[in-house]
Amino acid sequence: MNRALRPAILATLTALVLLVLSPFALVAVNAVKSPDEYATDGPLSLPNGLHLEGIADFWIRVDFGEKLFNSFLIAGSVAVLAVIVSVLNAYALGIGRVRGRYAFLVFFLLANLLPQEALVYPLYYMSKEVGLYNSQIAVVIIFTAIQSAFGTYLLSSVYATFPREMLEAAAIDGAGKVRTLWRVVVPISWPSLSVLFTFFFIWTWNEFFLPLVFLISNDKQTVPVALGVLQGDRLMDATTTSASALLGILPAVLFFLIFQRTLSRGVMSGAIK
Amino acid sequence: MRSNRGYAAFLIPGALLSLVVIVVPLLMNVGISFTRWQGVGTPEWIGLDNYTRLLEDENFWASFRNIIFLIVAMAVVPTLIGLVLAAVLFDYVAKEIGPRTASALRSGFYLPQVLPVAVTGIVWGWILNPSFGALNAILTNAGLDGLAKNWLGDPAYALYSVMVVMIWFQVGYPVVMFMSGLQRVDPELYEAASIDGAGWWRRFTRIAIHQIKPEIYVVLVTTTIAALKIFGQIFVLTRGGPGNATLVPSYFAYQNFFEKAQVGYGSAIATVLALIIVVLSMLFLRIQARDEQKDAA
Repeated sequence: MNRALRPAILATLTALVLLVLSPFALVAVNAVKSPDEYATDGPLSLPNGLHLEGIADFWIRVDFGEKLFNSFLIAGSVAVLAVIVSVLNAYALGIGRVRGRYAFLVFFLLANLLPQEALVYPLYYMSKEVGLYNSQIAVVIIFTAIQSAFGTYLLSSVYATFPREMLEAAAIDGAGKVRTLWRVVVPISWPSLSVLFTFFFIWTWNEFFLPLVFLISNDKQTVPVALGVLQGDRLMDATTTSASALLGILPAVLFFLIFQRTLSRGVMSGAIK
Repeated sequence: MRSNRGYAAFLIPGALLSLVVIVVPLLMNVGISFTRWQGVGTPEWIGLDNYTRLLEDENFWASFRNIIFLIVAMAVVPTLIGLVLAAVLFDYVAKEIGPRTASALRSGFYLPQVLPVAVTGIVWGWILNPSFGALNAILTNAGLDGLAKNWLGDPAYALYSVMVVMIWFQVGYPVVMFMSGLQRVDPELYEAASIDGAGWWRRFTRIAIHQIKPEIYVVLVTTTIAALKIFGQIFVLTRGGPGNATLVPSYFAYQNFFEKAQVGYGSAIATVLALIIVVLSMLFLRIQARDEQKDAA
């Protein structure tokens, strides 16, 4: 390509990236302004120093620490449980090649793709019947099923190419199927499992629809639900809204930075959603 | 030889879980869609009435018309932009300027994708707010008061505003997918084409796009399904309004389930949506299987 184009291309790309990132910058800049400052200087001025009261007030008002804890509890439990269920399923389907495995795989793939709207009312009704409505346990159980459906689909194809010699060696050593799974299959596929764990955690953290329906009392809500239901509230002015957006963005960006390596590896190996 | 028997037991926990959380609720949902039910008392069997009512419901058609717009915003436009960006980043920036610059730019485009959907709604709900939003303030500061609009509250602009938000949210995903796909392209193919005098654009259209077809398929299908399922952003940004200007099937179902207590009708909407998604996925699996056979042959 023409050398003269180089600055033009670089400038265009940089401008595009800055445009994509500008909402983040707007949020960050205005979350640390006082309401008066926003009223006089508008959204584009740089803040006169750090005014953290808006963030602190909002944190206390929604008890954000509690929301963070709830999100960690739910996303963490789902990630651990869904990885375990995925491993068990994939062991049977990918390594054990049980009969009808193709039908099972199609089922698990479709189960993950189904719109949650087609499950929500019966789940809502059933959870009320068994006393699990407005309980984080119901949300954990449901997401364990949905996430492990995807995990099973992905991990089964990983396990289908698992080195047979290692399984046979374990069998010769007298290891049963449970022991082989625990001592051979799990340690060797650990990188895939950590990718799955990462995905499950972030996906569950980001979920909105089912937690919105199931977690109605304030003290049970997750970060996205607590922030989402407040929109349109008359107490939410410009700086408070940016403060709330910033509190929603920070954990997500933090996970992104921590997990970036795992994530990009996972996205590239075809784990898609 | 190790016997393949005895593995089925490992499926039991997963199968039970799927049965309780997915199979039974799905069948119940289909069953409820043939009834009139308020969520309490006994459902009353009314056959296909909910479905015939759907066909005459203006809101139902509006929700699917809006979904077509959102498929354009979430699948078509990001794929096209993603192809160009990925090609420029991979083929030009990474080679001429450096792979670090390319991956930094890629991360920048991808960042919106890591946000919870509800949080993207909060960010943009504020930016587009007519009275205290950043966009109108910026326009007014620039002396362009005439361009300041009630972006989400005016039926003439609401759907387009949501579309722009969704393009912003989605564009990083195809960029990342296509850049990783391009790494598979044999550099010799490119060199051979260059020697034959093929310019950058010809190499891009003839080689790159052809080679990353699987990624393009995957991106188009997953983003189309994501568009069909969109809920969080609509809930936070517009609640389907004004009127039905941004109504989508999932929010339409939610309204009937939890706001109007028309559970049978909501189930019918959800069933139609599920059917469309399942048919689309099966179609995709077919095409993929056929292509793999063709490649193997």
